[in-house]
Amino acid sequence: MPITVPAYGKEAAGRLASMADVTADDGALRRFLHGLPGVDAVGLQARAATLGTRSIKTTAKAYAIDLAISMIDLTTLEGADTPGKVRALCAKGVHPDPTDRTAPKVAAICVYPDMVATAKEALAGSGIHVASVATAFPAGRAALPVKLADTRDAVAAGADEIDMVIDRGAFLSGRYLAVFEEIKQVKEACVRPDGSAAHLKVIFETGELETYDNVRRVSWLAMLAGADFIKTSTGKVAVNATPPVTLLMLEAVRDFHAATGVQVGVKPAGGIRTTKDAIKYLVMVNETLGEPWLTADWFRFGASSLLNDLLMQRQKLGTGRYSGPDYVTVD
Amino acid sequence: MTFDYAPAPESRAVVDIAPSYGLFVDGEFAPASDGKVFKTVSPSSEEVLSEVAQASGDDVDRAVKAARKAFEKWSALPGAERAKYLFRIARIIQERSRELAVLESLDNGKPIRESRDADLPLVAAHFFYYAGWADKLDHAGYGPNPRPLGVAGQVIPWNFPLLMLAWKIAPALATGNTVVLKPAETTPLSALFFADICRQAGLPKGVVNILTGDGSTGAALVAHPDVNKVAFTGSTEVGKAIARTVAGTDKKVTLELGGKAANIVFDDAPIDQAVEGIVNGIFFNQGHVCCAGSRLLVQESVQDELLDALKRRMQTLRVGDPLDKNTDIGAINSAEQLARITALADAGEAEGAERWAPACELPTAGYWFAPTLFTGVTQAHRIAREEIFGPVLSVLTFRTPEEAVAKANNTPYGLSAGIWTEKGSRILWMANKLRAGVIWSNTFNKFDPASPFGGYKESGYGREGGRHGLEAYLNV
Repeated sequence: MPITVPAYGKEAAGRLASMADVTADDGALRRFLHGLPGVDAVGLQARAATLGTRSIKTTAKAYAIDLAISMIDLTTLEGADTPGKVRALCAKGVHPDPTDRTAPKVAAICVYPDMVATAKEALAGSGIHVASVATAFPAGRAALPVKLADTRDAVAAGADEIDMVIDRGAFLSGRYLAVFEEIKQVKEACVRPDGSAAHLKVIFETGELETYDNVRRVSWLAMLAGADFIKTSTGKVAVNATPPVTLLMLEAVRDFHAATGVQVGVKPAGGIRTTKDAIKYLVMVNETLGEPWLTADWFRFGASSLLNDLLMQRQKLGTGRYSGPDYVTVD
Repeated sequence: MTFDYAPAPESRAVVDIAPSYGLFVDGEFAPASDGKVFKTVSPSSEEVLSEVAQASGDDVDRAVKAARKAFEKWSALPGAERAKYLFRIARIIQERSRELAVLESLDNGKPIRESRDADLPLVAAHFFYYAGWADKLDHAGYGPNPRPLGVAGQVIPWNFPLLMLAWKIAPALATGNTVVLKPAETTPLSALFFADICRQAGLPKGVVNILTGDGSTGAALVAHPDVNKVAFTGSTEVGKAIARTVAGTDKKVTLELGGKAANIVFDDAPIDQAVEGIVNGIFFNQGHVCCAGSRLLVQESVQDELLDALKRRMQTLRVGDPLDKNTDIGAINSAEQLARITALADAGEAEGAERWAPACELPTAGYWFAPTLFTGVTQAHRIAREEIFGPVLSVLTFRTPEEAVAKANNTPYGLSAGIWTEKGSRILWMANKLRAGVIWSNTFNKFDPASPFGGYKESGYGREGGRHGLEAYLNV
């Protein structure tokens, strides 16, 4: 499925501009973020658990599996990544199931900036995006000029999407405006010489922010700063995407859309390995944001091992039998 | 294509319903003495599930005599011995939980999601909890060696057939009483399956007796001179009749009656969770919940925002086949109840409140009512005062905490209330002022066997559950 870049209407832009005063200074931004409705942890977790009990069978399951495959940001973020490894992953992204060409291709291949050119070349003509983690991923501990240079480098190499990490230290110490400004500057660094821009996904590392109130605040902060997507985590810490955190971000996106008219995407990342889990996330999207978000334009899975389980379940639906790990590729 | 959930029906094959059932007296199933029977139907399809016996006055007498005879031995058992039976029953309930959940959804119309995830786990939990008390009664705070009362006559409603049975039977048996229980006329089957569980557990004959029948059976049981304790859950109207019947006798009585709970949402509430709590408060079990949060009191400053969110959420509720695992709202329990809900909702409209319901297709067979919201409701409207016992929410507004308290308490009932605010001090302040037996904060309709449950005013008297629940079955 082709992936489009959002174009906001005039009205949406106007409503967004009218919110500009909440980011006028640190005090205003703090008052706004702390004025958002609180999150009751028990209630949020209960709602996420209830959505997880939806029973998705037969045709609905087949639909969900193909949808999930088409939403994957197939990822390799290893220190040991080589061009060969990246090319293999790209090949898999184009034809996830070598035995069944009806399997949809993934949404994007996600690599480190130095691998962008390799991935871009391998994916030429496929319609699959290249996503790159920039801004001193995963810690984000570098000077702003370094982060911006990292971003520009990835964009120059051809990245269609930039996954940036926020400065969690700044956020936790309450320097919200600093985080806001950084996101804004990275967003500007995503602009290409021809005026088009790479899509910006903002990673919160929710496992390090810990409280649900923080997750709601950081979601609004990033959306106000111009994030095209908000993303849970890097996949590099102990706690990554969880259903309650993702549900909370979906709710923030829904509220932001209602307030500004601007549609923002959501990407849970890290630890989503099974079809069952992926379907639970799709149910959350379906019942929180609905159909407009049920495409790769607006919802992604950051995952490396999820794809194979989806493919095995897909084969099971097609044949009535489980095949096993030797019937899907290892990359 | 949109993400439509394909039907995911729970199999009916796990439950084997006999074409007819007798009364369970003294450990045996037998027909009613005068041979009378009535049918029980599935409210979602109007299919006749089975035929059950209509117990007469003679049958009541026979059952009470059996319970009286069994009482001598049962009450003399050491508590630890009684506990063994209760633990055994609890474990059998867990083992047979899928079967019982399907049965309950068939007979009652409630969604399998709730019978499976709420009713049955709580049923088992109540038996486990009171099994734990059986040998610790000396330490319950009612003095050394508190004694049981004798024969308990128990009448339960149709909204949570098996759970209400557990609330009644578990504490009665743990404290050494014996039981004659009458399930509701429209939902007798799970109690009859429970009778089978008692046999499976080897419970001595006569300790638990189940009499199916209508209101006349219940009236005869309550009036029986050899019943020592009456426990009733149901409508306030019947509760008052029972109170009149037992007045002047030495029978102990507990009544769990109607409610018209206020669910109070302040402007600083966690909005998304409050919406879930409102939905859970009124649409859980089709609103067939005596402690349902049927009056939403929302602070005027967040009224629009909250109602928008609530309506959006209500549009995602799935109404339909109770055995579909994705169904959120099942069938109304009976044609009579549907008529009552319809009449009260019509009265709401006639009195000027604004009615709203999400677009949803209701099945053609069976008894159905779409989840419904009334805005612009005032304290003077019938829908703000009378218990509807259906999926109908009345929305009122308030401006200050004092006004919220005044409106919440301005009701003949007092069973439950909910408070939604991020301010802990306000929760404690309000909980002290609200005249209700259960007050939930930032949640709603949460039940636990360790927590006492019961009401003020026309919501009844006595407490069930927890250590307090023991008192109603002990001579203290």
